[in-house]
Amino acid sequence: MKTMTDNNINIAEAFYGQNIPDKSGHFGEYGGKFVPETLMPALEQLEREYLTAKDDPKFNEELKYYLNEYVGRPSPLYFARRLTEKLNGPKIYLKREDLNHTGAHKINNTMGQVLLAIRMGKKRIIAETGAGQHGVATATAAAMFGLECDVYMGEEDIRRQSLNVFRMKLLGANVIPVKTGSKTLKDATNEALRDWMSSVVNTHYIIGSVVGPHPYPVMVRDFQIVIGQEMREQIQSAEGRLPDYIIACVGGGSNAIGAFYPFIDDKDVKLIGVEAGGLGYDVGQHASTLSSGEKGVLHGSLSYVLQDDDGQTSPVHSISAGLDYPGVGPEHSYLKDIHRAEYVSVTDDEAVDAFSMCARLEGIIPALEASHAIAYMVKFAPTVDKDKIIILNLSGSGDKDSFEVASKLGIDL
Amino acid sequence: MNRIDAKFKELKEKGVPAFIPFITAGDPNLDATRELILEFDRRGADMIELGVPYSDPIADGPVIQSSYYRALSSGIKFSDILELVRDVRKESQIPIVSMISQSILFKYGHKEFVKNAAKAGLDGATIPDLPIEEAEDIIETGKVEDFKVACFIAPTTTDDRVDLIVKKSQGFLYYISVVGITGSKNELNKEITTNIQKIKKATSLPVALGFGISTPEQARMAGRIADGVIVGSAIVREIEKHINQDCSVLVDKVGEFVGELVTSTKNQN
Repeated sequence: MKTMTDNNINIAEAFYGQNIPDKSGHFGEYGGKFVPETLMPALEQLEREYLTAKDDPKFNEELKYYLNEYVGRPSPLYFARRLTEKLNGPKIYLKREDLNHTGAHKINNTMGQVLLAIRMGKKRIIAETGAGQHGVATATAAAMFGLECDVYMGEEDIRRQSLNVFRMKLLGANVIPVKTGSKTLKDATNEALRDWMSSVVNTHYIIGSVVGPHPYPVMVRDFQIVIGQEMREQIQSAEGRLPDYIIACVGGGSNAIGAFYPFIDDKDVKLIGVEAGGLGYDVGQHASTLSSGEKGVLHGSLSYVLQDDDGQTSPVHSISAGLDYPGVGPEHSYLKDIHRAEYVSVTDDEAVDAFSMCARLEGIIPALEASHAIAYMVKFAPTVDKDKIIILNLSGSGDKDSFEVASKLGIDL
Repeated sequence: MNRIDAKFKELKEKGVPAFIPFITAGDPNLDATRELILEFDRRGADMIELGVPYSDPIADGPVIQSSYYRALSSGIKFSDILELVRDVRKESQIPIVSMISQSILFKYGHKEFVKNAAKAGLDGATIPDLPIEEAEDIIETGKVEDFKVACFIAPTTTDDRVDLIVKKSQGFLYYISVVGITGSKNELNKEITTNIQKIKKATSLPVALGFGISTPEQARMAGRIADGVIVGSAIVREIEKHINQDCSVLVDKVGEFVGELVTSTKNQN
């Protein structure tokens, strides 16, 4: 298994150019740090500590040890024979991040950040969570190292993801319900940032996606690129070549960037991010930030956001709590603008259909988040030649979504 | 001369600290905000910090966040707030500094914002989610219209950052008196005195103290060490308390509280 320093970390430099991101975390005009002054020293400390750790063989060895022995990496790259036959197009491979310990890619990042928190001498961990996958992954890493852990979660998400709430509690974390605003991921993020402002001295805030102020988008990406690095080796060994398409779902965009990043210089590999189209195109009905948002500042960085004419954040909707977010990582905004990645969206219904289809054809119940990527592939694959290869990043397991899907299908569990 | 500069100059000559109440524009409605500003002026407040409501504030505590929701639920827009300021200016010349999130500022555009805000009668802005590294553009844009962009210093701010901030800030410096969000702690930290003395050595800009000051006694203590005292959450809480009463009752009650804070801040003995 590889970690971030095994290969050249600046893989994409040839494509991006020398100064992307710059020292203050700008991808072109995106990114940056838009946080209260109180947090600036903490971000500077985190950046310093991260940059040192990144080049420290001991840190990397330790991270690698836990990713291999505890998380269960590398995750398989599985040839999905029946999906391939059914869609009658290119060969389809699934990158099985759902098989990681705790059932999603989120733990790649939380293991890295908990090790960083320990280096910084911080005893308390806080996190925000939407679907609860990041919360569970944070609670898990915190439990393993004996750190105190508080997870902020919107009340609406607590309702939708009661199983994950219970898991976090089992793992010894406090789940703090957030009752403000839309009671979802964005509000949980507000509360976590607010907690951090008064607790920064002894607390590390583990952001779960490639969003937030610098250095989070870069750091979280670096902890997730293990996904794409493994993909690269695995597809080379299975097919003797790189894939033609990589498809991943995008909420904040951490699993997608982890899958995309090691391929950015390979211009023939097309990168496709799939956003939550929810119930339709009207404001408040979807969470397709890149497809229909505009430039703005949210949660500490400049990126595409869904906002109204006055700069107020628009309401969003997705059946998937993990994609139900009005912002997106700044690097995705940059990739969109330079046309290196393409961003599309699918609806709730299409995602639920893909969820069932994947379960029946492959015996894999995918997370509703990843089901969005599958749903797009279901439409897209039949239009592509059979000699092509698609890798779909199956970012998480759908066990957590059983109740939500059952209720959507009108089944009482 | 900009109204903020003129006020601090006047107070410096008198040797008394400024008292600066914060309220959210449109909480509970724009008429009430107008009446509150005029009442605070009558009660001896020196400057108003006027919060521009934002859907996802990260620097503000729950009390002020709730006031933002109340204001936004009535559907007010930034243009309505400028209209309010124009209206206030017909009757009062009290300095008004807006507190506005970079999210709104970015959407509006720095040039447009400064031009329209200054024209309406706003004297400056504090932008709680805009650290000094990202603030260059709005500060420079402000200078063109003599519009003061006042910057924040926190107890966690390192010395080299303090140097940078005191050089760039306009009008005054906003010292965050607790590590944390607005209105969360109940007493003044002892380190503050040392920090403020350090800042005052580095700059001739007035230093206003805010975040976490909620009682007349705290305001008095803050006034002893700073050039200005800002109270936000405690006043907004007072508004919340009287929200269902007639506007005149609300203005009277909140005005009374602000009057006490003014008296306490100014009487240092």
